[in-house]
Order: sequence, then structure tokens, then C-alpha cells
Amino acid sequence: MNIVVCVKYVPDAQAERSFQDSDSTVDREAVDGLLSELDEYAVEEALKIVEAQGEGEVTVVTVGPAAAADAIKKALQMGADKGVHVADDAIHGSDAAATSLVLAEAVRKATDGAPELVLTGMSSTDGDMGVVPAMLAERLGLPQVTYASELTLGDGTVTIRRDGDVASETVEAAMPALVSVTDQINEPRYPSFKGIMAAKKKPVETWSLADLGIDAGQVGLDAAWTRVVSFAKRPPRSQGEVVTDEGDGGARLAEFLAGQKFL
Amino acid sequence: MAEVLVLVDHAGGRLRKATAELLTAARRLGEPSAVHIGPGAEKAQVTLAKYGAHKVYVVDDADAGSYLVAPQAEVLAALVEKTSPAAVLVPSNAAGKEVAARLAVKTGSGMITDAVDVRQGGDGIETTQSVFAGSYTVTARVTHGTPIICLKPNSVPIEAGPEAGTVETVDVTISDGAKAAKITDSQPKKSTGRPELTEAAIVVAGGRGTGGDFGPIEGFADSLGAAVGASRAAVDAGWYPHSSQIGQTGKQVSPQLYVAAGISGAIQHRAGMQTSKTIVAVNKDEEAPIFELVDFGIVGDLFAVLPQATDEVKKRKG
Repeated sequence: MNIVVCVKYVPDAQAERSFQDSDSTVDREAVDGLLSELDEYAVEEALKIVEAQGEGEVTVVTVGPAAAADAIKKALQMGADKGVHVADDAIHGSDAAATSLVLAEAVRKATDGAPELVLTGMSSTDGDMGVVPAMLAERLGLPQVTYASELTLGDGTVTIRRDGDVASETVEAAMPALVSVTDQINEPRYPSFKGIMAAKKKPVETWSLADLGIDAGQVGLDAAWTRVVSFAKRPPRSQGEVVTDEGDGGARLAEFLAGQKFL
Repeated sequence: MAEVLVLVDHAGGRLRKATAELLTAARRLGEPSAVHIGPGAEKAQVTLAKYGAHKVYVVDDADAGSYLVAPQAEVLAALVEKTSPAAVLVPSNAAGKEVAARLAVKTGSGMITDAVDVRQGGDGIETTQSVFAGSYTVTARVTHGTPIICLKPNSVPIEAGPEAGTVETVDVTISDGAKAAKITDSQPKKSTGRPELTEAAIVVAGGRGTGGDFGPIEGFADSLGAAVGASRAAVDAGWYPHSSQIGQTGKQVSPQLYVAAGISGAIQHRAGMQTSKTIVAVNKDEEAPIFELVDFGIVGDLFAVLPQATDEVKKRKG
């Protein structure tokens, strides 16, 4: 089975992320970027499936600026077979809807219009919305099988366990399907030295909007359906009192809570 | 006045707290019309009316509950077409956001997730979001289509505002395409008797420092009537279920009081709790990053501090 994994290049969540003053979009320059941590689980799951089946290819697709090539590189180093990078200045500032539009067309083109299995992470670590997988399913007309913490492939079917707030559900669909995976599903491998070297020779195609038949007016900041009106850094929390337990720590905690009217 | 569609959040025959919050918020924007999909509408009607529903659209379609997300998006899209609402409000949980997402694509509308506030601004509906692990506050607007707003639980204080709640049965044909991902089984979470994590006013969370023994955490939580959470380390170690995980890949909570015990406070965890109103931490390591966030911190052993605090709290509460 050939699998397409959609991944995102995001600013490092451990670093100080911010917005650009010029247009209120996420500042993707000031901070180092990398393959979104949550996407590693999707790449890993794809690799496990093709390894178990003994055949098939994993294609990694990303939409992003030039530096997003690093996200593809990491996935190739883990073991993905080829990459597709959709890069076009006009895409800057796209909202989730436009991103899903571009990804959907890229998936179609990468699979000659016949995807078998499309995998994604559960959400990006910058936008944190968790909506692009559902939008992709909507646009591609594929069953949406999302937030998988466990995944089993059957005879032309995919079955997952989806853990929600109130219940754990089993969801099943016929293939082809779109599946998003959580960080509970597996343990992503570290690229081996062999994998790192092999990645250098793997093919990566770069496509523009024109290659996908998408008009620049459909994407980007001006076409976005939402707008950031303003942003403000939250003042850092000032540290309150920190005491050392000298046999009375618990009592002092209770006293603090009483003073704050929590009791 | 324009209608505001509110997707009713219900499970196991009961309305979830988010529904009352959504209705309260919807009243700021127009006349709320609750949209109840699935069984149980009759029972829910009284509560929906109490929190401001002028109308309750009832879609009692068996398929809508047995297939994941897509049918609900179709129902809402049909109602958006029928009522041209001022906005659609939806709970900001996984399923809610996915319903909103598909609705957004179907109707060509902007959507906003994890809003902690929504209000009528001068230029249209405005939202507030807390982003980048709570380090930035963002004001945003939808600029195209019908604003679809996903509201975070525990953000809008609930206010009653009784209205008629007139029931209107709606027939929506669910397409075959929406019946593609079948929910073949559903195991409800075991009730612990404690409040649900995203709805609780107080959360007590344990991490690596518990060594797997959540006894002191649970004891302290129970003395406060709190929910119990866990760090990623604790969940990965198998000490507590993932549904209790607080952090970037777990739940994001913003309770009145958050107590972190045996949790170092790595950014993955902070992303899940750092907008809590009051933060307290107990940790053996005085260098633990969590202490940078606290209103009160105790450097010490949680196995000594928490039981003592529990006794003290019980005494004070009488």
C-alpha cells in the first residue's frame, strides 16, 4: 500500500515563538523550525505499515516556505521514500481552510487522483487547531478516521481506537481513508546513520500553486477567512512565594489556599 | 435579532457543562437556537431553555450518532442554509472542532478554535484566544461567511437566561459520503466521582515525582473536590490514563486553581495549564521550571506535604 503523510514545518515549541508585527502572522523566521513533533507519529505509523506489509511507499507532503524542506528531510531520514514540497510565496498567511485546499490538491497529484491511505498527525504544534485532517477528509471525499491511538488494517478496512473526553470509541472505515494519529499510537524512531545518508539520495519534488492548478487568489493572507486583529505577549507570571518544607509545608499550603478563598 | 446556532454537547443522555457556556455566550451575539442531534432532546429541552435557547432544533437521526463527525457537519450546514445565523457556536473539543472544520469548508466560512471569550465587537464578532502555550493573547475575527466559533470549556461563566426553547423537528438527509467512518463501539470512561478535567474549577496533577503512587494526589484532590490530572511522564509510564494527561498533547485546562505535584514543568506540560488563575507547585527540586509559574510553591516531598495539606484542608472545611 502506498501511503501519503502530510507533515508541517513549525517553529520550535521549546523556543520563544511570536508574531510578526508587519502582518500579524506567525513569525517563522526568528525561531528555528523543525518537523512538527506530532507528525513524527504519523511518519512512524506509515513506516510500520509498509514494513509489515513488505511493500509500498511512503510519500511525505508538506506545504511551507523554503525551510520546510527540513521537515521532509527528517521524514526521509526516518525512512520515508520520497517527498513533495509545495512552496509558493502566495501561500504565506494562509488559514487552515486554504492550507487544506493546497494539501488536498498535492495529495491528489502525488497519488494520480487515487490515494490509498493518507496519514497526518493530530494537530500542528503551532496552530494547534487540529482541524486540517477533518478538512482534508472533507475535500478529498475520504472517510475521516481521526485521533487514532491504536490502528489496525483489515481487509480493505481501517479500524482505530479514538479516546475522547467521555468515551473511547472504535471507529471503522473502508479504504481509501484519511487517518490522523495521536502521540499515543507508537514511538517514533530516531533516524539511523544509514537512514540519514540514504535520505540524501531520495527524490523530493517541489511544486508551485500553478503546478496544482490553484489560483493565488484562493490562498494567502488576503484570502484568509479569519484575521488576527491584535496580539499581545502575556506578561510573564511573577513568581509568588516559594517556601521550603520544614515539616509544615502542607499546613502552609492549606493556609495559602484558605487565604485565596479556595476552602 | 439574528439567530445563533449552538451545537448541543451531550453524552450518555446528559448535557455537558459546555452547552450552558455556549448558550450563555450565544446570548451576547443574538438569539440562541440550540441544535440537538441524536436522542435525548426531550429531556434536554428544559435545560436548554433555561440557558437561553429560543428554539431547539431537534435532529433525531440514528445515523448522526453512529458515524464520526461528518453527519453533524451536514446537519449544521443544512441549518446554516435555512437560518442564515449570525454565528455558529460549537464546543472546542476534538469532535466539536472537527465538525466546525467540515462546516467551515462546506459553507466557505472562517472558523476560530479554542476561543476563551467571544463578544460582539464594533466590526463584528470578536474572539480572544490564548496561544503559543499561553504566552500570547490574540484577538481575532472571522472575515468570510458565517463565523464558526469553538469555545473552550470553563471560559464563559454560566448564566441562566430563560427563554421559550420551542422545539422544531428538522429532517436532514445524511449523505452516504458522511456515513463512511462508523463508530462500532463506545466505552464510556469509568466515572471516578471526580469532576471532569476540562470542567473542573480545581485540578490537582501528579507527575514523575509520584513514582507511580497517586494516592497523595487523589487524597488532596478529594479534599478540595478537584479533578485529578497527570503529566505526560506519568501517562507514558502507565500510571494514569491518557484522558487525564495535561499538556500540549493532552488536555489544556484553565481552572481557578492548579496544583502540580512532582511535575518539573517542561514546556509540553506548561502548554496545558499555564493560563490557570492560581498555580501552586510541590517539588523536591527547587530548580524545577514549574516554580517560575507559581503563586505559591513548596520545595519538598509531596509524600509529606500533600497528606499534611489534605488533613489541614479537611480540618478547616470542618
